[in-house]
Amino acid sequence: MSNSNLTRRGVLKSGAVAGAGVALPTIFTASSAAAYTNEPTGGTVTLGFNVPQSGPYADEGADELRAYQLAVEHLNGEGDAGMMNTFSSKALKGNGILGKKVEFVTGDTQTKSDAARASAKSMIEKDGAVMITGGSSSGVAVAVQGLCQEAGVIFMAGLTHSNDTTGKDKKANGFRHFFNAYMSGAALAPVLAARYGADRKAYHLTADYTWGWTQEESIVAATEALGWETVNTVKTPLAATDFSSYITPILQTDADVLVLNHYGGNMVNSLTNAVQFGLREKQVNGRNFEIVVPLFSRLMARGAGENIKGILGSTNWHWSLTDAGSAAFVKSFGTKYGFPPSQAAHTTYCQTLLYADACERAGTFNPCGVAEALEGFEFDGLGNGKTLYRADDHQCFKDVLVVKGKDNPTSEFDLLEVVEITPVDQVTYDPNHPMFAGGALGECNAG
Amino acid sequence: MDAILLQILNGLDKGSAYALIALGLTLIFGTLGVVNFAHGALFMIGAFCAVTLQRLLSLSFETVDPTKTDFLGNPAKIKTPYIESWLGPETGAAIIDWSVPLAILFSIPIMLFVGYVMERGLIKHFYKRPHADQILVTFGLAIVLQELVKHYYGANPIPTGAPDAFKGSFDFGVVLGFDPNLIIYPYWRMVYFAFAAVIIGAVFAFLQFTTFGMVVRAGMADRETVGLLGINIDKRFTIMFGIAAAVAGLAGVMYAPINSPNYHMGMDFLVLSFVVVVVGGMGSLPGAVLAGFMLGILESFASMNWIKDILPGIDQIIIYLVAIIILLARPRGLMGRKGVMED
Amino acid sequence: MLGLNNKDFRFLLIVIALTMATPILLQPFPEGSVMAQFNAGYPDLMQRFAIFGIFAIGFNILFGLTGYLSFGHAAFLGAGSYSAVWMFKLLSMNVIPGIILAIIVSGLFALLIGYISLRRSGIYFSILTLAFAQMSFNLAYSVLTPITNGETGLQVTLNDPRILGQQVAANGNVPPTNLFGLEMGSSFKLPVGAWEFTFNAGYYFCAVIAILAFYLSLRIFRSPFGLMLRAIKTNQTRLNYTGLNSRPYTLAAFVISGMYAGLAGALLASMDPLAGAERMQWTASGEVVLMTILGGVGTMMGPVLGAGFIKYFENIFSKINENVLHQWFSWLPDGLENIVIWVAEHFVGSGWHLTSGLLFMLVVIFLPGGLVEGGQRIAAMFKRKKADDDSDDAGHHPKQSPHVAE
Repeated sequence: MSNSNLTRRGVLKSGAVAGAGVALPTIFTASSAAAYTNEPTGGTVTLGFNVPQSGPYADEGADELRAYQLAVEHLNGEGDAGMMNTFSSKALKGNGILGKKVEFVTGDTQTKSDAARASAKSMIEKDGAVMITGGSSSGVAVAVQGLCQEAGVIFMAGLTHSNDTTGKDKKANGFRHFFNAYMSGAALAPVLAARYGADRKAYHLTADYTWGWTQEESIVAATEALGWETVNTVKTPLAATDFSSYITPILQTDADVLVLNHYGGNMVNSLTNAVQFGLREKQVNGRNFEIVVPLFSRLMARGAGENIKGILGSTNWHWSLTDAGSAAFVKSFGTKYGFPPSQAAHTTYCQTLLYADACERAGTFNPCGVAEALEGFEFDGLGNGKTLYRADDHQCFKDVLVVKGKDNPTSEFDLLEVVEITPVDQVTYDPNHPMFAGGALGECNAG
Repeated sequence: MDAILLQILNGLDKGSAYALIALGLTLIFGTLGVVNFAHGALFMIGAFCAVTLQRLLSLSFETVDPTKTDFLGNPAKIKTPYIESWLGPETGAAIIDWSVPLAILFSIPIMLFVGYVMERGLIKHFYKRPHADQILVTFGLAIVLQELVKHYYGANPIPTGAPDAFKGSFDFGVVLGFDPNLIIYPYWRMVYFAFAAVIIGAVFAFLQFTTFGMVVRAGMADRETVGLLGINIDKRFTIMFGIAAAVAGLAGVMYAPINSPNYHMGMDFLVLSFVVVVVGGMGSLPGAVLAGFMLGILESFASMNWIKDILPGIDQIIIYLVAIIILLARPRGLMGRKGVMED
Repeated sequence: MLGLNNKDFRFLLIVIALTMATPILLQPFPEGSVMAQFNAGYPDLMQRFAIFGIFAIGFNILFGLTGYLSFGHAAFLGAGSYSAVWMFKLLSMNVIPGIILAIIVSGLFALLIGYISLRRSGIYFSILTLAFAQMSFNLAYSVLTPITNGETGLQVTLNDPRILGQQVAANGNVPPTNLFGLEMGSSFKLPVGAWEFTFNAGYYFCAVIAILAFYLSLRIFRSPFGLMLRAIKTNQTRLNYTGLNSRPYTLAAFVISGMYAGLAGALLASMDPLAGAERMQWTASGEVVLMTILGGVGTMMGPVLGAGFIKYFENIFSKINENVLHQWFSWLPDGLENIVIWVAEHFVGSGWHLTSGLLFMLVVIFLPGGLVEGGQRIAAMFKRKKADDDSDDAGHHPKQSPHVAE
């Protein structure tokens, strides 16, 4: 969508032609001489928050939106400034971004690539958004990231966990703070081996689409490296609601661990079904049968009720962390909304701050300048310890949390407990790792 | 062998849900001649009856416990359900635990009422309208109902467990002479199957052995003649609509412990149940039940690993594939009558 | 003129005029005003109006004329998109080869599905088409990922061969889709006072094709072939008794409408080079059914109006959030403002589905002939006022006849 080529740079040329036809050349204004897509000219800057508001991830989208609103308040100097106080970079002053008041528009991705792109396009074309952020699934993130690359705006990914987002589908204009499937595997496998033994036999159920496959590939590789054996990997349809016919075959194998590479409603149902079929009570060769959910989402886990007790998984962030950044964020979010934020809320809040900070440091909203400021940026105080925005693939590298379903929750939010904080070194990989190969960032596009 | 037995059990279970929804759908179609796209929404409302009753029973008052703190560091508020303070903690907890079975009683009047209001308030005006209009209006209604539920209950699934007494599973294998733990089946799923069988039996018995049912069947066959005999067939059809809604609702209530209810579960089942009805043959009640169980079992078989190895992705399409084959082999589905919705 | 009688020709001219003026008509509110939220004159949405208009016009050729209700038309839309994107990947970013291939592929696909499905009629036909489309969707999402790129949707990348065109544009990115060099995304903005109108190359490309599609469909409606299709709808059995085999006619209608869908799919991909599997899902098939019924089955303009109506709600209402509401109602006293906003919130933003559901119901309850009937009623009101004016074309649309037989 190089909308811009004519609108901005080439406008004089085409303007002359069209102007001759329209014969009213005086009505052209200078606004089209912008240097990049949607350059903010007035006293405000518009950000586009593109989250799922309908469909299965609507609650997660709503939580992301809450975090965005909070971030905008903090950027504009309202509220208690939250993580801006603990953020290691002090470029943000609480006077908007580069002195411009932050405004935002919202849209509904419907968790469909098509609808998400339509929504993002309307933000760019109609509302003049200079940055798009959000999303709660990898398909949408990759699709919108591609669009932002073509349109020449920055994309700050929301909750997207597939390796592809910063792997084979990475883009120069796209940035991801959230962790990914490889990191889940790398963080989880040692804990699994330590707790359940290094000679386990794992049976995988995998959601049959791109994210599921990268999740399965990552966790299989990580566990096999530590001595586990993979009995079988079975793909389940995304539309499946009842997983009984995929779970019963496990009874006939000698597998002693079930790995559920599912997310959202799939995860809730497959886990509930697995527990219904007594897998938690099952004994194989004198050892307890175990269930693992590599990507845990607290919001979603609530749907599975007490079935999640004792189940290991990984997560990007959890509100029970006690570092200063997390505490400040939980406090300002909790005070405003009355409940703790989810990991989706956390990552979107961070992304907004990181974007604003990069603009301040670059001194411009120009996507190329912002990208340069984000690349290789090291920061701290946003809840995950020391973090690096790696220049090679625009992926954040930070500690990963291994969590467990809490046995005795004290409230409806207190569902997960942090078992281990896996240090960043253990989850770092080479940019050319085969699981991430096949793509290129390309050149940054300013429109 | 044991694998196949298990998949038959799974299939019976899935089939129960399909059959119950399809039964109501075909009942509405057979009596009123209305294509009801809101039928999935009725199933969803049934499941949310269970959620609502659970919430009502767990309505709590808050007391501040200064020894504990909540996530913001303020003194924690401890919630105690009223019912526990009125009837004692144990009885109260037991009642909350049994909220899903109790929701059966709770949901029947609600679903009959919902069905009645729907028929009198909306569907009634669409008997003479083209099927396309019926589809549009009921689809609109389904969206409205679904969005209202989403607004009050959120989009995430809500855990609605079976009573503790029904947790765990039964070892079929031992009964049949297999090794232990090879063929086990959860109690609640067995309850679901039994429940579905009872409901289906009751609907058939009602239509077969009561005068009311006889008149309804006569009306289904030839509405005008029955009307000319001076029988108010419309009123009876309204009641049948209520019953169909109740059947869908009960299917939903009992389904809640199997998979946590969410607001779009109705849409998930809508398309499948239409396929089931049509494969069974439009307007045929036994056809709908037969097709429901058949497709349920075939779907389960298709998800077996060795079948998937030969035909990748077969579990994704099996229902549609079977539907196509059956409709090509038998023009009016398994048991459809000639001339019903063929033009 | 153009093989049309005078009335039809006038009708066509009005349609052309409206289509060409769309960027102005859809931008009635000044920039920055409170009502600017309701402006729909930005390229993406205008393109969608035209594209889904084509989709619905094509669907109406099948449903409106023959009464066969296909619940699987989205499969052709998806097939068209995939074919077009593959052409962008393999040949060049010029949209013409993509569109041609899309029409061919979706035509063949429709021939296959139609040949099988048309052996049955009524709801049995609907379910057969639904089954085919759902199979296509489920496979495209999972097993066929090498061809469709599954969940994410098929995208163009820097590594694609594009043997006839540029592989990488000068700025290091994937080249934009174009028509012999005219970029689909390029627009020309015309500020007039407080207003700003966007004239987008892609939109006008779609609009011209939409007008051609509309013209073709007008010709089909008025042709002996169209008459034959109507006869099928009115009474197929009687037609068969006359010794006429109706199936070739229905199959032809099915294939034509499938090709329309493929064309729409290719245009979607040409405006935005991504083909998502959701385009084939039953909800997408249902959407075009809704568009057609909502607008008015069997009328020329109805499906286009229905398409515009649904896409408008999807894109405009979903974007109204609490902040916007606060801006609108800030003039109200505080307490009242909060109440109004609380009520309004149910219907906008994440509640846009609710609004569209309610509107479906209202339209079908009060306007049995769809939006076109609404237009006719308004026109009739004007007519009563100035009785001598007969230059109204709405009255000339084919009258609502019982389409799907009872």
